[in-house]
Amino acid sequence: MPETPPMTPPMTPPMTPPWTPFALFGALAVLAWGAAALDAALAGGRWPGIVTGPLRGAARELVRQRRRTVMPDVPLVRAGVCALPAAAVLAAVVLPLGERPVADLSVGVVWFNAMEVCVWWALWLTGWGVNSLHPLIGGYRFVAQGLAYELPHMFALITAALGAGSLRVSEIAAAQRGLWFAVWMPVAFAVYLVSAVAMAFWGPMDRPVGSDIAGGVRAELSGPDRLVFEAGRYLLLAVAAAAAVPLFLGGGVGPALPPWLWTALKTVAVLAVLVWARHRLPGVRMDRFTRVSWLVLIPVSLLQLLVVGVVVL
Amino acid sequence: MTAQQVAFWALAVVSVAAGVAVFTVDSMARATLALLVSLVCVGLILLLTGLTYLGVLVILMMVMEMMVMAVFMVMYMMNPGGLMPMKMVHNNGGAMAVAAGVFVLLAGGAFLVPWPVRRGGLPADPTRALGVAVMGPKMLVMMVVGVAILATMVATVVLAVHRGRGDRPGDPEAEP
Repeated sequence: MPETPPMTPPMTPPMTPPWTPFALFGALAVLAWGAAALDAALAGGRWPGIVTGPLRGAARELVRQRRRTVMPDVPLVRAGVCALPAAAVLAAVVLPLGERPVADLSVGVVWFNAMEVCVWWALWLTGWGVNSLHPLIGGYRFVAQGLAYELPHMFALITAALGAGSLRVSEIAAAQRGLWFAVWMPVAFAVYLVSAVAMAFWGPMDRPVGSDIAGGVRAELSGPDRLVFEAGRYLLLAVAAAAAVPLFLGGGVGPALPPWLWTALKTVAVLAVLVWARHRLPGVRMDRFTRVSWLVLIPVSLLQLLVVGVVVL
Repeated sequence: MTAQQVAFWALAVVSVAAGVAVFTVDSMARATLALLVSLVCVGLILLLTGLTYLGVLVILMMVMEMMVMAVFMVMYMMNPGGLMPMKMVHNNGGAMAVAAGVFVLLAGGAFLVPWPVRRGGLPADPTRALGVAVMGPKMLVMMVVGVAILATMVATVVLAVHRGRGDRPGDPEAEP
């Protein structure tokens, strides 16, 4: 190490315009709403009920009374329910809304993953605190699912970071001007999509809130709690889809259109695929699929990491 | 006081208060959550010192580790339901004596050690500089030891568990 290292303050990223947090909230809300509407449409809903349905549902939950269980741990339930949307939004602050994110952290990928694992706590606290059987089972199911998928998820994220030589999400997006990472590291992209669906307990991996245990974690939630939980669930799905864009799909790079529009279009496309997959793929039993995760997904993601490492070297 | 100092003191107070809460609450779930809050505050304090990677990594690891710990603590509780109040302290006199002794030792060290004066400016990558300062020429040894510990853990589990609980008759890999 040199005696007098250069003065480069690491904690002062370039300032983003003050309206970007509002743009992020707005975009996430619209994406979550759109995901709920598309989900309703695929379930056989009709126009315009599918579009107004989520809003009417939200209004209904706002005025509905809370359901009381015997001896609940109310602070833990509130903490868990509120942590779900909070974790989703905090994970999204490092994702570029075009070219710059709200907070351009130098370790954005690690931050994103840290906020994702907060969802484990959110679901476990909710399932535990209401003191009811099915939510408890759902909470434990999600912890097992998170543990099974965290390692492949982490390796997929690290592969993208390795390809760009940076943990900063905007630099990972910028490194794909020539070729999308989804093209030359397809295994990492596939592993990311599978594990992100698992981390967002969506589609085939929605057993923590599955119908076989009467709704799982959310079985006893009603009123505002239910609203916040469901909103957080769709927000988390939207954020999982949005993260695939800067990490694997070239971020805002594209011809003719401005970067923010390309980012939005790609995010909508990924989100639509994830919502569609829910209606086309059967549910997955976690105790069986954990083996697939550890014996197949982890080795192939490590091999992908090795290949990318060799190419980068 | 700068904003950084205000943030430091706020995080420090919350961290200690959450640490106290670990021993005053009466449920394992609450105690583990309080411990998580305390450790996340420590991670945020690391962020304040410019150790961005270490700070975020501490938050990531602690969120996961405390989750696993909560599962195990609940599993080992005498009252696995866990919602009945339970006593979180035992052997109060002895524990207080040990805790006070350790606190005096550590706090005394913090006051008595001659603190170095900063030479030069902030390095471009404080996490890297810290790693080099702590590990120095032993970096390769530490890396090898890390992998060896991981291999030992995996091998121990493989040897200890002949068949996993996930195995069921009819699974292709399951032995007869």
